[in-house]
Parts: sequence; structure tokens; C-alpha cells
Amino acid sequence: MRMRNMTTQNQTQSASTNKKISTYLTLIVLIVMALAVTALLIAAETYLAGDQLAAGVLAGIGVLALAMSVGLLFQSKRQAAEVKVEAPKVMTLTECTNKGCNNKTSREFQRGDYVYKEIDVPCGKCGGKQMVTAIYKEVKEKEKTYNV
Amino acid sequence: MYVMIREVENSLHKLKHIKEEGRKTAIETLKEIGKPTTDPAARVDRYLDYFTIGPQNMDPAGIVNKLDHVLDVRDERLKEEVRLMAPAVQNDDVQINNLENTLEAAMALNFIYKVVRHYYIQGKKTLSLYVIMQLQMILPMVMKEADAYSSALKAFAYGQPIGDGAGPLVAGKLMHGYEIRKVGKDCVVASVPFEGRTAFVLKAEGPGGNVGKPGEAIVQVIDENEGKIACLIMIDAGLKLEGELVGEVSEGIGAAIGGPGVDAFKIEESLTKYKIPNYAVIVKEDIGDAVSPMRKEINDAADKVIERVKAVVLERTKEGDKVIIVGVGNSIGVGQ
Repeated sequence: MRMRNMTTQNQTQSASTNKKISTYLTLIVLIVMALAVTALLIAAETYLAGDQLAAGVLAGIGVLALAMSVGLLFQSKRQAAEVKVEAPKVMTLTECTNKGCNNKTSREFQRGDYVYKEIDVPCGKCGGKQMVTAIYKEVKEKEKTYNV
Repeated sequence: MYVMIREVENSLHKLKHIKEEGRKTAIETLKEIGKPTTDPAARVDRYLDYFTIGPQNMDPAGIVNKLDHVLDVRDERLKEEVRLMAPAVQNDDVQINNLENTLEAAMALNFIYKVVRHYYIQGKKTLSLYVIMQLQMILPMVMKEADAYSSALKAFAYGQPIGDGAGPLVAGKLMHGYEIRKVGKDCVVASVPFEGRTAFVLKAEGPGGNVGKPGEAIVQVIDENEGKIACLIMIDAGLKLEGELVGEVSEGIGAAIGGPGVDAFKIEESLTKYKIPNYAVIVKEDIGDAVSPMRKEINDAADKVIERVKAVVLERTKEGDKVIIVGVGNSIGVGQ
């Protein structure tokens, strides 16, 4: 539980870092977006006034600025995600010490766990003593293989 | 050149972020476990900049003892610093060792960041393509190491076993339930009946983050038995080559022990004196796996290692012989 709290805390920290980056960038993007929309509005007005060339140029600038600001926003989000350091999920395997029982249970790691530690919680099957026999992380993504 | 500079810049930003996270994790862990009365941030910053000057090697005779002494002083000094930063656990060796390991991982991240930044600024100042180029070329490996230390930091802070603990995990499995006594510095040994032989199973004392001084411990056990040891088997985590599988078990000869070489030197001296053969069994993993929480494949390799050790003992020794089995590595999260 404590470990879970710490993991959540870490994720929150990473999230706040992301937020810090995106707040600053969002401000720039919003300014550029506002300017782009203004350019599009002026382009529409100019078009109605009959100056098609000026309207086309203004519309082009508006669309380009809009596309660039959206692009910048996505890029910054991707970079922030790359910097995030994730804590892997670590599991604790406990086994009943009674030879005939062999009951195994797996749970998330808690601070204070260590391999060969006898734990107070009795075995759910026979009520015998339980011991931590393994602590490990499972790597989900498969390593890329090369046929050489 | 611009592209390369941009690439180095991006990596440097990432390294800075990882380093800052490391520092923050170390301080938070210290506050949570050590309950310091004052803010430990300033002391942690000082700790992160600690350095060790190796002995002079112009006349290399006796350098191993000098290096051993320097490392002992370093270890003691760093432990004392941790004790001052964590008054609530100053008598709890397990927590002190874990905190020391956490700070050492943060120290490694700080050092990597500073070195990369140094070459980046130097390259920009001198506008040297070659400095930037060399930095850009080794960056993938540097980033991999930084990521590894970042995961290590979390593992040390929580006291989780790491990949380097493959040796102690096997030794713990063999010695669990037998009488244990302390031997050498921060090591434990148990006399275990093993395939009709007597095995002295040795490892660093756990579950705190600790590698002990297996060299000293092995020499002591050999001397106690007046050199009448049929063989020494060392189990350690070994760096795998790309293409090899994590958790693969391999066998060879020689002192399977890393570090600055002091322990390997002491072991080899004693083995040569008594003409004791030395066998090694290693569990393959890469640098990232070695310092981050133990992967399932490495944990599962423990049984395969025991089978290999059994085979070596049965093939290379006679019934009634005495053998030494050593689990080399960091005992964090692994008891006995």
C-alpha cells in the first residue's frame, strides 16, 4: 500500500512536470492560435470586400500558423512523455513453508519485503507459516530479435 | 553538426531531468526513513559531489592494499554521512545500507550528467566537430546507463532485489535454514551438506544493500580449513552480449567478481597458495538489468544455477570433500 502510494506520488510528480511544460507552451500556442484565427477572420472580411489575392494570402498565413501551433503542441507533449521515468511493477511471491501444502500467492511488493523473509500472515490453505521466496519485475515488452 | 548538437542537447535535457528526479527521490527517501531534524537537501548535494582519489601507481608494489584502504575509508565516510542524515535509523544497518545505495545511484546520475554537460559545452566552445561527434556516438550507451541507474534508485529506495543479486539469491537458497555466522566484512557463511560434501556457502549479509568483502571472507574460510578445500565455485551476474538472452546460465573458470579488483586479487592469491581450483557460474544480464529490480528471468535462473553447481561439485570433487560456494553481488532485498 505504501509502495503504491509512492508509485502514485512519482506519477503525480511526472504529471506535474508535464503540466509545467504544457502550461508554458500552451500559452505560446494559444497566442499563435488567436493570431491565426484573427488572420482567418480578416481573410474572410477581405474576401467579402472583393480583394481575393489579399484574402488568399491571409488565409494561407492563418492556416499555416494554426497547423504549426497544433504541431508544436503535439511535439511538446511527445517530448514530455519521453522524459517521464516510470517505476516498474514489482511482485512479491510468497510460499507456504509446509512441505505438503505448496500454496503460492503473488502480490504487489511492499516496503520491508525481502527474499527468505518469514511473514506473519498465515497460509490461506493450511494456516501454516509463509515465506517470501521471490521478488521480481515482469518485463512486458518483448525484446526486438534479429535473425543473425 | 547542428543536428548532432541538437541530439546531444535533447539527451542532456533528459539526463538533467533524470538527475533531478534522482536527487528528489533520494531526499524524499531520506526524509521518510531517516526523519532528519533539518532539511537534508544541502547535505545530499554535498554528498552527490563526493570524489575518491585512487592511490599513486608509479610504483605499483603494494597498490592493492592501498586501494583497499582508500575504499574502506570511502565506505566508512559515506556511511557516517548517511547516519548523520538519517538519525532515526542510524543503528539499523539494513536501512543505512539501502539509503547509502540510493545516494550512490543518485551520485552516479549526477556524475553522468556533469560529464556529458562538460563535453557538450567544450564542444560548443571550441566548435569542435570531433568532440560533439564522439559524445553523440556514445550517447545511446550513456543514456542506457543513466536509465539503469534511475531504475536502481527506486529499487534501492524501496529495498527491492536487483539483477546483480543473482549470486546472493542462489547462495541464500542454499544456506536458508542452516546456522549462519559472520565472516569477513559484511559477509555471512553457513556450513551446508551438499551432495555428500560439505559446502561453505557464502554471501554478503542481506537484506540491506551490501556487497560485503567476499575476498576477505573467502580467504578467512580457506585459512580456517588450512587450505583443505576441493574447489571454489563463484556465482555472479555477468554482462551479456547483445543477442544473448537475459537469465542464460554460463559456466567457466576464474574469479567471477567485479569491482575495483581488490577482492579478485585476494582470492587469486589464496587460491594460488593452496592450489585450489576456481570455477564460475554466471547469470547473463545487461547493465540495465543488473542495477534495476530483478527480472523474473533472472529469478528463475536460480534453480538452473543450482543444477550447474551440483554438476560441477559431482564431477570435480569427491565425497567428503569441502567446497566453498560464493554468491557474489549486492544482497539488497535478499535475506539468508
